[in-house]
Amino acid sequence: MDARALAALAANPGCRRRALLDGAGVDKGALAQALGAPANFGQSQFAHQRGNSFEARVKADGGADLVRLLHERLRDGSEPPGPGAVATPDLTASGPQGRTARTALALREATEAGRWALLDHPMVSLDVAGSPAFLEPDAVVVHPDGTWTVIEIKSFPMVDGSADPAKVGAAARQSAVYTLALERVASMIGEPEEGGDAAEAAEAANRADRAPVRVRVRHQVLLVCPKDFSNLPTAELVDVRKQLAVTRRQLDRLTRIEEIAAALPEGTTFDLRLTDDGRLPTRPVEELTAAVDAVDAAYAPECLSTCELAAHCRTRSRAAGQVEALGRGVRGELGGFTTVDAVLTAAMNGPADEAPTGDPAVDALRRAAALRAEALASRPELASRPEAAACR
Amino acid sequence: MSLITTLARMEAVREGRAQPLTTVRHRHLSERPLAFVPLTTAGETGAPLGALVGTDRDAPRLLIVAQPRDRDLRFAFLAELAEEIQPYLDSYGDEVELEERKETDPETGKKVPVQVELCQDAPQLLVPSTAGVAFVRLLGRSMRFRRTAEQDPETPFPAPARVPLLGRWLTHYGERARVPGSCLLLSLTESLSRHWATGQSNLEDQHLGSLLAWIDPPEGVPGAEAALRAESERDEDGRLRCPPAGPATDPAFDNKLLAPAMSRYDAARTEASQGVAGGSARLRLAEAELRGLIESQLRPTWDALWRGVDLLRTLPEGARVADRWKRDRWSYTGHRDRVRAGEPPQPKLDDAVTAAQKLAARETAQAQLDAHEALDDPLVMAGRRLAGEAFAGEVIDVEMAWSDAKVPRPRPLVTIRTEDRPHLAERVKLHRVTADGRAQSGEFAGHADLDGADEADGSDEADEADVAEGQGDAEGQGDADGPAGADGPGRALVVRLTGGMGRGKQPEPGTVPEKGDRVCWTLFEHAPRGGPELPDAESTPWTHGGPPDTAAPAQSPQPDPMTEEDYL
Amino acid sequence: MIGADPAAAAAHPGRARAAEPFDPSAAAARATEAILHDTLHGADRGVVVDSPPGAGKSTLVVRAARELAAAGRRLMVVAQTNAQVDDLVDRLATADPDLPVGRLHSSDPHPYDPVLDGHESVRASAKIADLAGLDIVVSTAAKWAHIRHVEPWRHAIVDEAYQMRSDALLAVAGLFERALFVGDPGQLDPFSVVGADQWAGLSYDPSASAVTTLLAHNPRLPQHRLPVSWRLPASAAPLVSHAFYPYTPFRSGTGHGERRLSFGVASDGSGPDRVLDEAAASGWGLLELPARRTPRTDPEAVAAVAQVVRRLLDRGAVAVSERSDEPQPVAADRIAVGTAHRDQAAAVRAALAGLGVSGVTVDTANRLQGREFDVTVVLHPLSGRPDATAFHLETGRLCVLASRHRQACVVVCRAGVAELLDEHPSTEPVQLGVTVKFPDGWEANHAVLAHLSEHRVAWRP
Repeated sequence: MDARALAALAANPGCRRRALLDGAGVDKGALAQALGAPANFGQSQFAHQRGNSFEARVKADGGADLVRLLHERLRDGSEPPGPGAVATPDLTASGPQGRTARTALALREATEAGRWALLDHPMVSLDVAGSPAFLEPDAVVVHPDGTWTVIEIKSFPMVDGSADPAKVGAAARQSAVYTLALERVASMIGEPEEGGDAAEAAEAANRADRAPVRVRVRHQVLLVCPKDFSNLPTAELVDVRKQLAVTRRQLDRLTRIEEIAAALPEGTTFDLRLTDDGRLPTRPVEELTAAVDAVDAAYAPECLSTCELAAHCRTRSRAAGQVEALGRGVRGELGGFTTVDAVLTAAMNGPADEAPTGDPAVDALRRAAALRAEALASRPELASRPEAAACR
Repeated sequence: MSLITTLARMEAVREGRAQPLTTVRHRHLSERPLAFVPLTTAGETGAPLGALVGTDRDAPRLLIVAQPRDRDLRFAFLAELAEEIQPYLDSYGDEVELEERKETDPETGKKVPVQVELCQDAPQLLVPSTAGVAFVRLLGRSMRFRRTAEQDPETPFPAPARVPLLGRWLTHYGERARVPGSCLLLSLTESLSRHWATGQSNLEDQHLGSLLAWIDPPEGVPGAEAALRAESERDEDGRLRCPPAGPATDPAFDNKLLAPAMSRYDAARTEASQGVAGGSARLRLAEAELRGLIESQLRPTWDALWRGVDLLRTLPEGARVADRWKRDRWSYTGHRDRVRAGEPPQPKLDDAVTAAQKLAARETAQAQLDAHEALDDPLVMAGRRLAGEAFAGEVIDVEMAWSDAKVPRPRPLVTIRTEDRPHLAERVKLHRVTADGRAQSGEFAGHADLDGADEADGSDEADEADVAEGQGDAEGQGDADGPAGADGPGRALVVRLTGGMGRGKQPEPGTVPEKGDRVCWTLFEHAPRGGPELPDAESTPWTHGGPPDTAAPAQSPQPDPMTEEDYL
Repeated sequence: MIGADPAAAAAHPGRARAAEPFDPSAAAARATEAILHDTLHGADRGVVVDSPPGAGKSTLVVRAARELAAAGRRLMVVAQTNAQVDDLVDRLATADPDLPVGRLHSSDPHPYDPVLDGHESVRASAKIADLAGLDIVVSTAAKWAHIRHVEPWRHAIVDEAYQMRSDALLAVAGLFERALFVGDPGQLDPFSVVGADQWAGLSYDPSASAVTTLLAHNPRLPQHRLPVSWRLPASAAPLVSHAFYPYTPFRSGTGHGERRLSFGVASDGSGPDRVLDEAAASGWGLLELPARRTPRTDPEAVAAVAQVVRRLLDRGAVAVSERSDEPQPVAADRIAVGTAHRDQAAAVRAALAGLGVSGVTVDTANRLQGREFDVTVVLHPLSGRPDATAFHLETGRLCVLASRHRQACVVVCRAGVAELLDEHPSTEPVQLGVTVKFPDGWEANHAVLAHLSEHRVAWRP
């Protein structure tokens, strides 16, 4: 489950088409290309280079700087890590399973050692829709007290202490998934007990005589970004408890993929039938379209920035006249109307001062249409083509 | 989104072209705006790649940074940018008129009238999109703390004096752009989508090319198709025909065209610096190639921006736009004065009092803008009427009455027949503009039968007024239903006039509407006032951290660090 | 690491220990004594009191005001709306008819409730000079903000401090030396009609709540909590506490069985009657209509709400509570209908009028804040909606609607809200440095819905 699939899930958890394709590991980008509606995603190599060199800089000197940054942000009055205090276990292993096992071992050892350790690009796994997904956080720091912190390194800046909230939100959701995966590892390692969600914490707090619950995986992650206009790192702790709760619940619901798949016509496949060199799809577009359309999409314009298939879904949604194509927000006052035609028909049929129909949506639409028409009547030329001859 | 706007979008879908959301233009457009179309380098904060800038649509100045990671080139770009923009900004500073304003006399503490200068007009900056506005802010932030050689002889990258100065102006413009209705710095996407509803979503409207495609599609092409082309059509080199309006570039352009050209430039520069034969010529060539490439990404947006200006100019300016522009002129004049007085650049963060003042000013500006737009434009007013915040109708009865004060004042009762369903409660204040443009106040006095007899208002919403105190929220937005028991067509409302009738016992002629007049009353004020004065920063109370640290140097904050590491 | 420090929470006054039997009166009394002690004798300039729904906030404010006045401290009281101010002045004057109280009001016509004119010791004026020398002066934050050039008050009480914006506190904080801040953190947050993102994360963000700013700058101020809700019955307190106050739990002042609702007329088997029986038995009832996308003023849901109220009255509901030995009839004035939107309230009023019902309070969550009834009927904010917006998910809205009742709460809702919540995008932006507010509206809605579904009566009208 990569960052994009996660973003797509967050942006549209109710879309069955997305759920099925992501759950089945279909390459949505290639599928969109084959459908003739390619996504306009892509990363500039400048951004890529810059991101890599920033991360390398942050992790230089064996992570000592990074751990120092984390320690500073914690403001817990503990001793700052001295020189050479940070262990950097070797995590190399072959294959994702191997790397995951190696990471778990390194976490256990570092935790038992009771000292700072930085795990550079560890690998953890999470059960997504019945199969393991392998995830690679930028880094995980093990504290001397045996707790762990997820480190997320991003190349968007923190200017004067603030950063783009949409990007911070995406980073928080990504980190929450890593945190969940780490909690799985922690539960296998055992003590101190796992805890964390709001209800449990309150419950625990209620048991006043007991010692405070210790949580292995900290629910604040460290977000590291370039400071202002420089390449120097700065960092903030981000509380991801909300994202954790939401992601947990969403992942729980992902198991419904089998149900979605079960409802598909027998033999439905998203195979592109690539040529032998794997470069060109040979499957007819109509056939592919039919396969994709066999499972419902819940298209909304937000999909355009998160899902590779969005351009295709938009075309279908518009063709069907669905009101959501104009934005989720338009639905609020439309009641049972789901298509543009139905709305326009209801609005235009019958004047506003007619007796109420009993359907408040229809009455409101008629009043809106009448008010709009009345106002536009004052400027009849507006209804025609705007005068813009000069601009072409 | 109001139902009227939703309907307009759906009509746009049906018609295949954008539909009007307004009948007039609600934004001021300068006779001579300065357009600024910037591009930035992906991944590098505030690192410009290029820009088209100027006041002449046919002759923009092209500025590029051939290697954005080279600070010398970046600073040269910023110096050139300042050379282009600063004289334009300054050119409005000297033509002034005198205005009378009340100021507190420092000795007596009393408000006394003083004559102050107000610039007759102000410079206006246009950018393609809201991301452009954010970039102006970022540029301002990155430039205003730069040090000149004069300020700091040791500084490794001394800036020409104009650079930090422009940084301060861009900061001012960027900050002013957060004030609702202000027009010193406008984005075309925001301005156009205020006036037209397209058949696509708000998100898609952020793309200037796609937005224009809906508002003014080519002959015979439906808006949706034109918009799709604008989003995705590429030329034979793989370049988008309508590149993103920036400042972000198209990643495909970066990877396929820009990166190789930059490598050629870097190689040629190395050669030139090593004195390799023909190196200088190759460097000039490589630079020219980059200029061409970057211009190819900027020019379509530049043209689109001006096309948008043309479209906006087809709309007549709203009657109250000039009032708001005057506030912008005050804002410009005020900043001119601060610069002339030698004040330091704006701090990185507002203090508590400044933040609260700005928020209050913007809330007032928002209320003013909402009122102005509705009064200037029947289509906007239609939205407020649908929302139950105004009602219009015909006067069917006028009954003279007086207050029972010692000196009785006229309090005529006006009965209005309306189809609208305003959210009224007993004694809710009402406002309207008379035919000759004067303000008149009234209060709701109850429902009436159509034969004119008053009926007690059974509304149980008597605490309505409290909501106006700041506890209100979106609960009432877009409400379509009026109070209970008032259904059915042909309802009549009684309004008691409470002001706007002159000072005498009898109302001045023409101030009381007559039978048959069409009137429009609003529940919102037409000239909302600002909040209370806040304490001076030096008297910031303990609840808000006390006075700001006066020990901190009053001089400009440290410039941003420039380290070797910045150069990757 | 979890958000609330459990050790600190455990040390909070009023926390019940599982080992001992819980004595609500004693717990509440201990909390009140601690609050008054810190207020009257503490060294800190401020004291903060969190009060969950119905925990006796008004009683506390009146008592603190009287004790401060008795101690010779000139006192100003800041509330947020004129209705709150009038209510407070009325309570003060009723509690102590000899106490000189000033009601500072605006210069609008009809600026205050004429009820206040019936109290001899209350003086009302728009000018602060007219009220000089009175022990206590009460007004709205908006009016106080215009007061200038006066000797600062020695003490202030800021009421509904969580509903007050930081900038409003900035405007008035210069008027007092010390203050007691009282409010309910679970109700609706203050908001701004314009963007305030640029200040997000700053300790003095002007759009944040007054308490947020106060505590950011004065983290060591004593913070207290009223631990007992006297309003909410034993059936409601655990849910409301768990869903809306996860880190600061509270208890009901009454035990199971101490409050009882019953009917003189037996059920006719209809949906409204069955849901009323369920609510009488368990304190909660969910009348679930078939799933359907509807406009806000869903005629069927509105009719169902009205029908429930009609049947509640027709069936001769009587309530038993600790307030009286005899069962008391639940009359119209003890019933409220809560909605999210004003047009919904208007539609319910019309429907009730159509059924010949009058005297029942019908209002939005916003205007039901601080009020109390025996039985509430709530039109669920998400009923029939195609999508959940931030407005409809706001924690405070649901919290207000679910915590107005002493006996029972009936929620009317279309089926399908759980699915709607599942499909809600979780793309919330995150501002650096902003303390995450708990609980999340999405989560709280799920929690309440899960509980309600155990008391569901499906009905096809």
